[in-house]
Parts: sequence; C-alpha cells; structure tokens
Amino acid sequence: MYQILKQIIKTGIKTETPPQADEGMRLIEQRLQQEILDVFGGALAIRQVDAGSCNGCELEIHAVNNAYYNIEGLGIKFVAGPRHADLLLVTGPVSRHMEVALKRTYDATPEPKLVVAIGDCACDGGIFGESYASCGKVSNVIPVDVVVQGCPPTPIAILQGILTAISAKK
Amino acid sequence: MPIKHPNLKLNRLTDAVPAWTGDIAPEYLHEICQQVRDGGGRLVALWGSDVRQQGGGFMLHITLMNESGLVCLNVPLPVEHPNYPDISRIFPAANRMQRAAYDLLGLYAHEGHDHRKWLRHGAWHSGSFPLRKDFDAAASLTHEPEDYPFVQVEGQGVHEIPVGPVHAGIIEPGHFRFSIIGERVLRLEQHLGYVHKGIEKRFESMSLQQGARLAGRVSGDSTVAYAWAYAMAAECIAKVTPSSRALWLRALLLERERVANHLGDLGYLGNDVALSFGFAQFWILKEQVLRNNAALFGHRYLMDKIVPGSVTASLDVEGKHIIEQECDMLDEQVRILRNIYDEHAGVQDRFIGTGRVEPKLAAQLGLCGMAGRASAQAWDARVQFACAPYDKLDVKMATYRNGDVAARVIVRFDELFESLRLQREIMVNLVHDNEAPTLLEKLPANGFGIGLVEGWRGEVMVAIHTDAQGKLTRVHPHDPSWQNWPLLEHAVIDNIVPDFPLINKSFNLSYSGQDL
Ligand code: SF4
Repeated sequence: MYQILKQIIKTGIKTETPPQADEGMRLIEQRLQQEILDVFGGALAIRQVDAGSCNGCELEIHAVNNAYYNIEGLGIKFVAGPRHADLLLVTGPVSRHMEVALKRTYDATPEPKLVVAIGDCACDGGIFGESYASCGKVSNVIPVDVVVQGCPPTPIAILQGILTAISAKK
Repeated sequence: MPIKHPNLKLNRLTDAVPAWTGDIAPEYLHEICQQVRDGGGRLVALWGSDVRQQGGGFMLHITLMNESGLVCLNVPLPVEHPNYPDISRIFPAANRMQRAAYDLLGLYAHEGHDHRKWLRHGAWHSGSFPLRKDFDAAASLTHEPEDYPFVQVEGQGVHEIPVGPVHAGIIEPGHFRFSIIGERVLRLEQHLGYVHKGIEKRFESMSLQQGARLAGRVSGDSTVAYAWAYAMAAECIAKVTPSSRALWLRALLLERERVANHLGDLGYLGNDVALSFGFAQFWILKEQVLRNNAALFGHRYLMDKIVPGSVTASLDVEGKHIIEQECDMLDEQVRILRNIYDEHAGVQDRFIGTGRVEPKLAAQLGLCGMAGRASAQAWDARVQFACAPYDKLDVKMATYRNGDVAARVIVRFDELFESLRLQREIMVNLVHDNEAPTLLEKLPANGFGIGLVEGWRGEVMVAIHTDAQGKLTRVHPHDPSWQNWPLLEHAVIDNIVPDFPLINKSFNLSYSGQDL
C-alpha cells in the first residue's frame, strides 16, 4: 500500500497540469463540464459502438479515459448498454454484418439521443469505402449529429466532437 | 531447404526472411503438412486466390513454418470443383481459415468435419464468393437473417449466456456464447466476422502505395507491423532492399508500437482486478509515448510511416535524445509498477492460475506470439528469422511456462524492458541524414512476395500476388489472432464467468485483423 501511495503522490495530478501543447484542452474541458451541467444535469452517459473499425479509433477513445484527458472527471461515463445512454459514439465504416446491431442499438437508446461519428471511416467510409461488405459512413445507417474526422482523431478532437453535439442540443 | 519431398520443388524467394515457395498437387498436401508438423513446425496462414484469368483455376496457398524458415505452398485446384484435403486434423488452427477460404472463394476442404460459415454472415449469398474475379457485388447482396449453428451443451443445470456482438465496454464486436453451470464455464464458443469489411477485395483496386495505407489499417493497434510486413512482401517481389537507415527506423517504430500496446494492456489488466491505480499509472506512461510519437513522427500510432521501399519518418539528434530520455523514464517507472503488481496479494491472487493454457495444448493447437511464449512456445520472428536490422540486435526472447494470466503479464513486462533496450541500441546505430525516401511505385508482373514481422501480439504475415501488369491481384494479410482465438475458448474452461474479461484482456486478440 505504501508503494502505491508513494507512486500516486509522485505522479501528481496530470489533469490539472497538462503539458503546454494542450492549453486548448483546458478550455474544452471547462466548456464541456459547463454544457454537461446545463444540458444533462451533470452527467452524460455514452455508449460506444464499434460498427466495423480497425480498432485504431478505439485506441483514442480509450485514451480519453486516461489521466490527461480524464473524461470521467468531466462527468462523462461510458455505459454498458444503450438503454441508459444519452449519446452514441460510433466508429468505423458500418460493416454489413454490424448494420442490424447498430440499428438496434440506436433504436434502444432513449430519446433525446445524440450520435457522434468518430473517425474518417465513420464520417465518409474512409479507406474501406462502400462495398459488398461495408455500408460506408455511419449516416448511411442511422442519423448522425456530429462527425469527427481524423484517422484516428486525437482525444482532444473526440472531446470537441462530444462538446459540439451536446451544445447544439440546447 | 526446409522440406524435402519428391513431388515438391522449392524456390528460394529473395526475401528479408528465409522463405521458399513451390507448387504441390493436392494429393501430397497431407504428407507435407504431416512432415512439417512432425518436425515441430507450424501453420502460419491459409488463403486462396482466383487465377482463372492467368489460365489456371483456383489456387490454395498455405504458409508453413519450421526452424529453417517459411514455406509457401501453392496448390492448384480445378475450376469446376476446387476441393482439397482438409488439413485441420494436422493443424487444428486451419479450421477457421479453411472455412474463410470457402466463404470468400468457394475452395472446399473435403473430409473436413466443420463446414459452418465463418466470415460470411448474411451479407452475401451462400453461392457467391467475393474474392472471385467475376463476383457481382450488387447481385449477391442479401439480408439473410443471422443463423449460426452453435454447438449445444446439454445437461442438468447448464445455462447459456450469449454476449455481443456489441460488448459492454470499448471493445471490438464479436459474439461469445458461454455454457455455464453455476458460475463455472463449461464451454465458450466464439462467433466472429462482424467487422468483416472487405479488406482483401479492397486491395485489388489499389495501387501499391495506397495498399500500404490499407495494410496499416487491418488492425489499428498493429499498424507498424502490418505496414512493414506489406512493404517486405513488396520488396521481396521487386528484389530491392531499403536503405539501412530505413530499416533501423522501421525497427524503432515496431518496438515503440510494442511498448505502447504492452503499457496499455498492463494498465487494463490491473483495472480488471480492481486496481484502478494500475490503469491510471500505465496510461499516463502510454500517453507520454504517444505524444512523443506525435512530436517526433507526426502520428500517435505511427500510421503510414512505413511504405514499400522506405520510411516516411526521420529522426535527428534531438529526437534521439527525447527517445533516450523516454526510455530511461519508462525503465524507472515500469520497474516501480512491476514491483507493485508483484507484491500486491490481491492482484497476484487473480492473475495466478487464471485462464491457463498448458504448453502441451498450446503446441497442439498452435498458440503463437506473445500468448504462445507465455505457454512455452518459443517462437519469435525477431529471433529465429531475424531480418535486418534484427540480425544485429540479438533479441532476447521472453518465454514462460505457466500459460496463465500471470504468465502473460510477465511476458509483457519482460518484452517491454527488452524493447527499451532495443530502442537504445537502435539509437546508437541510427545515423541521421536527409536522405529522400526512395518509394517503390510499381511491382514486376506475376510476382509473389511474403512479409513476416513479429508484432506486439505475434507474427503478422502479408502475402502479395501481382498480375500480368504488375498490379495487386491478391493481397492476404494474416493476423496471429487467427491462431489464438480458439485457444481463448480453452483458456476459460473451468474458470468463473466474472474472470472472462480478465482472461480475454490477457490475450487481447484482434477482431478486425481476423475478420478482414
Ligand atoms: S478512421 Fe482510421 S483509425 Fe479509425 S477506424 Fe477508420 S481506419 Fe481505423
């Protein structure tokens, strides 16, 4: 236990001291927190759906949970099912094999719901495009509110996308 | 010469790894596979191609490996009944690959015991085959309802829990069906293929350099390994060797990819046993590596940095200094964290004995890569088939016998430290110059090349076939997850259901890499 505490103290709080390159991040964080308070009463529940991605976008969605971006500290939680989600974060071109599962997840998410498409593939089909096995962009399958480009988009871009979606909701 | 058989004439490929290729009639396939198996060799990959436009029928391709190197067998099959003898009785790992070769090309393993569809769900007709050259996408489209004949487990008190395809968490989609009694898992059956997005077909419409970008997106967490394997296959066909600077940089990028992934997994493995401290700490370290990647190479995951012929990255003296500092920092921090994991009774209690794959079973079923090494399968392409610059690096292989979650954690730690050592060595050898990358734009006609790279998860293989114009006519990327997914089914038997996420994470297999 002593070792753990010592390491925690030595590490310090990364979220409050982001490296310089991330000054913009602080602004996003503050706004995000405010918007979540205003619109969702303090907590936003996200359901992530990989509809066919290469797993690259997932890496960055994992990263928004790390201490630097600390998405949970902003009142955002990733939830295990669609029924208590406010927002769907969808990655990948939608594979035809995931088309039904994505539609079902969308239908099971209560109104009012938001959909943010993460990554070039989700925005326009990306490198995989449309084919016998791929429906292409997410909006070919379910309605999308905000798209976040990048391959994969950075954690900051992902946070920005979420912020854009919820602030438009007001 | 790795295999001797009177009906097989092997030609050595001009490759960065020792590799041979040769044609063999289907009737001799068993003998050859058995010979390799008896000699302790393994199956690496199995795929097919349509060579009707070149005047042939279909072709089955099988890559085997023994301690001498890789052997790529081409088995010509007739147009009318492209059947071949099932090899899954010799190499059980062939089962899913054979089923995929049927779904995509209609090549049929006769005498096989399992002919269920694998990559095809309901998106195209059962009688149409996407990788045939005359495939008509529009006419083949269906919305057949999902029906997959899972094996039923019967008995008193046996329950089934279906999970997925969308999982609770940020994970790729796939379907798992557990048969349980009480909390104990009797059987797990996987049904994958949900993220099949037509990658192999896509390659066929791409130029060589576009294909490099696609190869780097077969499985995003292994982008460096795939891009290198693809480049190696192309360079094998073109008979070119990249500059030594480019090769040193490739190895640097590959080791950085390994470090980033191992850090991330070690964090999640702590998290899965309720030590969220581990997640917080390891992901701070991972983020620092990713930021250095972005600052030094322009991409957090190093996508598109390895291209056929060269690399699109460089590193100056200042950059080297940053990497050296990062290695020192990681060395110190990971040592502290490893100590904490080792000393933490609760963590060890959950790790030890959980999700065990005995070495014997691992050898029998062909477990490979990092998970294989944790079950005493001593294969590492960086060691056995050290391509440049690994031939100058003397990689120390990490192996362990216990085959449980704890063993896979130990192997990750050992490999992480070894990757730090390798990066430092690479820094010593890497000379900075402003050499413009010499990209390979075109390949010779009717070529075949193969690339094999030890990614963080295991060996990644890419095979390229070119047509009479030198265009990509068939590209097959192979992920080590093909071999390892079936072992996960075994690893969970007799464990409790709540340990599944931990066991699953300890393997961390790719869905996209096997679904293609
Ligand atoms: S946008 Fe890029 S990283 Fe994301 S799924 Fe597509 S190819 Fe992968």
